[in-house]
This record gives sequence, structure tokens and C-alpha cells, in this order.
Amino acid sequence: MSSHSHGAVTVNSGPENAEVFFSGLWKQNPVFVQALGMCPMLAITNSVRNAIAMGIATLFVLVCSNALISMVRRIVPRQVRIATYILIIATFVTIVEYLIKAVSIPVYKALGPFIALIVVNCMILGRAEAFASKNTVGKSILDGLGMGIGFAIGLLCLGSVREILGAGSFLGIPLFGPNYQPWVLFLLPPGGFFTLGGWLLVFAWWKNRQRRQKDLALGARA
Amino acid sequence: MNNASLGSIFLDALLINNFVLAVFLGICPFLGVSGKFATAWRMGVSVIFVVSVSSLVAYGANQLLLAMNAEYLRIITYIVIIASTVQLVEMFIKKTSPALFRALGIFLPLITTNCAVLGVALFQTAREYSLAQSVVFGLGASCGFTLALVIMSVIRERLELSDIPDMARGTAMVLMLAGILSMAFMGFAGMGAG
Repeated sequence: MSSHSHGAVTVNSGPENAEVFFSGLWKQNPVFVQALGMCPMLAITNSVRNAIAMGIATLFVLVCSNALISMVRRIVPRQVRIATYILIIATFVTIVEYLIKAVSIPVYKALGPFIALIVVNCMILGRAEAFASKNTVGKSILDGLGMGIGFAIGLLCLGSVREILGAGSFLGIPLFGPNYQPWVLFLLPPGGFFTLGGWLLVFAWWKNRQRRQKDLALGARA
Repeated sequence: MNNASLGSIFLDALLINNFVLAVFLGICPFLGVSGKFATAWRMGVSVIFVVSVSSLVAYGANQLLLAMNAEYLRIITYIVIIASTVQLVEMFIKKTSPALFRALGIFLPLITTNCAVLGVALFQTAREYSLAQSVVFGLGASCGFTLALVIMSVIRERLELSDIPDMARGTAMVLMLAGILSMAFMGFAGMGAG
């Protein structure tokens, strides 16, 4: 159904375009389902602003590297493909680093070395190897968009919980008035682990519940 | 030039700013291979190998890049250095100790995408460490990584037989444990003066 809005995308064998895009958002969500790219996820999410900046940077790198890797997928010999992928990713990360520096120095300072560390975000290399190296350019871009947005949603989930509890604000706007005693632990490293663990628990509980309901429905029919 | 003493750099990287539990680097292997003590220990040792060599080479490469005024090549250079160091270490171990090579198995090539390795190279550049400081920093950080990994693997082995709620099994439980460990490591913060 999305083939109309993406004119350049050719529909041929393999998964449907809409399916490619939405699997990154929910079914194959890189954060909550695949547990990939955990380092920036934990380190950068102590405020919503940082989380959004990191999400956009990762999305850009993922889409661009997926597109380029898909373009060269027939030229690159199998033995050196991982090295080629990493070099392509590193190039786009360098571009992003200089872009962020040009746009906003405070954001650049807040993200620090974690911009450069996008290179070793295993989610990006994972998509290159698992998807972009086997599919057309259009589909790889869609996959990059879906996965990147899924990753950004994960960052946002973590960032908002941590900023609301740890600083009592959202995007720097105070939420609870002057008497709120900030729960500083959530801005510190342990808070990152606890928040992500909590989100994973919520997802596991949701999935368990769905499975139980499906079992019940099957049992009722039988 | 940074004039922190070697001992304080080592302790800082090992305990106070532990790479896994305080700086959040190398989380993927920390979650992935901390299930068994034996594999965790082997993974830790090979990371110490790779980090020590790559931090040494990255220091030299950075001097070269600075001299050529080509800092924009830094990320690409570092990742190439790390990938080739991993390859070198792999060949070296294969030649000198086939037993260790077999024991490490798939973990060796995977170290390339361990962000702790690139993290050491980037941090030592950002803090302008000298050659000796860089090497000590790399050693401290990789030992800290090994320490966290080993502690977690021992806890997980003990939890194997305990009664954990169904939905908390797997990554969620490991993250909660890591949070508690990270709180414990925050106690070291008082030790550091800078």
C-alpha cells in the first residue's frame, strides 16, 4: 500500500514495502525486541533533548548507509564486506559529527564521544548485513527508516522517563512545580539500567498477556 | 597535555568510571556473553589484548593525523586500526597458542564492534593523554570491562536455578542486576579526585 507514496520503489520479490517499514517500528523493534544498540540507548538518554538528537543522528546514518550498501552490494566481494560496511558507516558518522557541530555546539558537547560511537552501534551493522546487503535500494531505505524510527522511539521512551523522574521536567519545562524533589538516581548510570529493564519488563508482560489471551481463545474454540 | 598520574588514571578507568557500569560502553557483549563464567572470562582476556594493542597504535595514528592536519579522518582511521588489530591478534594467537584460539572462537572477530575498544581510543584522544597514560588507560578500562563481565556472569550462574518470574527472565533481569551493580560501583566515586 505504500508503493504509491514511494514512486521509486519497485515492488518485486521479498517482503512488502509496508511490512518492511513497520516491522522496524514494532515487530522487530531494535530496542525492545532485538536489544541492539544498547550503549547509546543507556548513555545518552538522561534528557529528552539528547535522546531526540541521538535518534535523528542514528536515523540519518542508518538510512544513508543502508542506501549506499545496497547500491554496492553486487560489487563488494564477500570476504571484505564487513570492512566495507564499517568504512561506509564511519564515513556517514563523520558527516553527522560535523553537521551536529555546525548546528548546535551544546548538543555536540552533550553527546560527546557517543556521536563517533554510532560507528559501532551493532544495530546499524546488523541491518547492513541482514537487510541492505540482500535487498533493493528502495527497500533498504524503507528498512533504515523503520528501524531508525523504532530506535528513536526507544530512545524517547527512555529519555522521557528518566528526565521526568530524575529532573521533574520534560524538554527542560518543569512539570511538577518548585516543591518536587528530583529523583536524581534516574539521571545517574543506575537509572539508565533500571529504566531500560523496566521497559523490557513492561514489553514482556504485554507479550505474555497477548499469548495467554490467544491460548484462551483457542481453548474456548476447541 | 593531561597531567593526571598513571595510578589515578588506572583506578579511575577500572572502578570509578567503570566502562560498563558508569560510562555504558561494551553493553552488547556485557548482555550477550555474561551467561557463563568461562566464556565471560575468555572474552574479557581477549578484550584486554585488543584494547592494549589498539590504544597504542591509535596514539601513534593520532599524532600522525594531527601532523597532517587531517583530524576529520580520525573515526575512519580508528575503526580500521581496531579491525586490523583484531585480525592481527587473531593470527598471533592462532600461531602461538592454538588451544587458546579454539577456546576464544567466535568472540575474537566480534570484538571489532565492541564499543569499549573504540571508546578507549576516542577518550584518550579527547583527554589528550600521553603515550604512557594512553596505555595505562586502555589497560584499566579493559580490566574494568572484564571485572564487570565476570561479576555479572557469576551472579547469572547462581541465578540459573532460582525462581524468577517468567517475564523477567533474560535481558530485563540482567539490566536490573546491572543497575544494582552500577549503584554499588557508585560507591567508588568518593575515591576519585579528578
